[in-house]
Amino acid sequence: MFSAHDIHVSIHGRAILTGVDFAAAPGQVTAIVGPNGSGKTTLLKAMTGEIAYRGRVSLDGRDVAAMPGWQLAARRAVLPQSAQVAFPFTVLEVLRLGLAAGLSADRRDLPSAALARVGLSGFEGRPVQALSGGEQQRVQLARVLLQVWEPVADGAPRWLVLDEPVSSLDIGHQLEVMQIARDYADAGGGVVAVMHDLNLTAMFADRVAMLHDGRVLARGTARDVLRDDVLSRAYGCTLRVDRTPPDPATAFVLPQAAQHA
Amino acid sequence: MTAMADILRPRRAPVLPGDRTVRARAVTAGLVVLLAALSAASLAVGATGTSLWDALATLARGGEIGLRERIVLFDIRLPRLAMGLLVGAALAVSGAVLQGLFRNPLADPGLVGIGPGAGLGAISAIVLGGMLPARLQALAGNHLVAVAAFLGGWATTLMLYRVSTRNGRTSVAVMLLAGIAMAALAGALSGVLIYMADDAQLRDLTFWGLGSLAGATWTKTAAALPLIALSLAAAPFLARALNALALGEPTAAHLGIPVQLMKRLAILTVAAAAGAAVAVSGGIGFVGIVVPHLLRLAIGPDHRYLLPASALLGAAMLIAADMVARSVVAPAELPIGIVTAILGGPFFLFILLRNRGVLAM
Repeated sequence: MFSAHDIHVSIHGRAILTGVDFAAAPGQVTAIVGPNGSGKTTLLKAMTGEIAYRGRVSLDGRDVAAMPGWQLAARRAVLPQSAQVAFPFTVLEVLRLGLAAGLSADRRDLPSAALARVGLSGFEGRPVQALSGGEQQRVQLARVLLQVWEPVADGAPRWLVLDEPVSSLDIGHQLEVMQIARDYADAGGGVVAVMHDLNLTAMFADRVAMLHDGRVLARGTARDVLRDDVLSRAYGCTLRVDRTPPDPATAFVLPQAAQHA
Repeated sequence: MTAMADILRPRRAPVLPGDRTVRARAVTAGLVVLLAALSAASLAVGATGTSLWDALATLARGGEIGLRERIVLFDIRLPRLAMGLLVGAALAVSGAVLQGLFRNPLADPGLVGIGPGAGLGAISAIVLGGMLPARLQALAGNHLVAVAAFLGGWATTLMLYRVSTRNGRTSVAVMLLAGIAMAALAGALSGVLIYMADDAQLRDLTFWGLGSLAGATWTKTAAALPLIALSLAAAPFLARALNALALGEPTAAHLGIPVQLMKRLAILTVAAAAGAAVAVSGGIGFVGIVVPHLLRLAIGPDHRYLLPASALLGAAMLIAADMVARSVVAPAELPIGIVTAILGGPFFLFILLRNRGVLAM
């Protein structure tokens, strides 16, 4: 289990999270959703030790605050919302940073496999700064995958922690990336993802936590959480689940309807 | 020499696209050869008028050379070469480490106020050193100026980092502006001290301030050696951390890097190397920014190769510049800082123009 208990975070004297409990189980995709400013990313940053918090975060029963960085790095990898690479590294060089931090550092074949997984085969020699935003995000995902390549190692699950993994991707790549997360969980690993897209959340998440004003407003399966009353309250507008547009002339495209070749 | 052996050994695995390891090793080996050749040339070329190639050749065969050649070689040229090697390596490595730490290729110890800060330390030691208790003076001895320069550089680097970094993000604009402010402050305080100095101290300050290897002695070289050697020895331990830091501090931490520890070590390394270099040679600009930049274009930004290659190319560049400095207006000498700027500036601009696309960030 990757869990957070009674988490409080204040930034510049303003309370961002107040007493949040959250738990994710291995073998599942657990999504954190909520409106802008609800504290989704803050919760993720507290759980990964990026910001100071009050409360307790534990990974498979151990307090993460007491675990050394290299040990955490072998157990969980974190995909940031956006990652600017400071120097003209090639894609391969960036991927090797992830590979070296994990347990498969000697597998020279893995970077190519990871690139194929994120749909960027043959990109090894490209300077990473010359790639488009979406391509860079997928390179970062490949780097993160390389850090925890086997979803289960030494009998313990490993974790993918993803902060808005599909934010700068088109709908096709969104489905591809979410499928990677799904497969990772199905293979026994754990996935925690901050999500903006409720449709993708409904499609891929086993468990969902809805944050609102720094508290958990609802939690459960996607069905439990994506309800008219919860959504309307959280997002401050009247939202209705499973409704087609009242005006049949309005086009709509849902990822749920996509058919993969 | 392991680098050389690695290149010559036939490789089993074919080179992957995007893998610049082999090229980095080849360039490093080439730099070793270049540095050796330049070092020999630097011993032989100079203002005395006598060609020392013959003397060098005689020495190499185990023969005897005259007193005059002996003095020129062992008491003038050799300490100057040793100091050039140390200072060049120190300037280039401190530049590369600082750029890695700030995640920006424009960070240079001279540019962001660390040079002036170290200068203030050195000037304080020269002017105020006499006020220290005699015991302490005896203890510090020749190292006083170097240590004071290190402390000045360290304090400046620390302040610079504190000022320009908030919530784990370093603002380049704030860094450059803070660097300007700190350079101005250090310059002003240095001015006050110079105003206070007596005639003998003024003479010391003038020699020091020229930014030159001309005053090189074994004593000075020995004073700078420990700090520079320590920082060069620390650099390899920073390489993996600096690579990870290129992805940002949070990501480096998630990759298992002890970020705070590594940042402190990097700041100490920069302060020690830049401080010691400034203490013995005054302010020599451009090496810290040109050398890592050129090498990033040649072998990529992987600090495991960039840092040793920077040490080699920095040393080579400074020795070459020193040869120019003492040849063009012989028997007089140009301050070496002028040579590095005249050679480095346009070359740097040219490289920048050719690679604007790659460097844009």
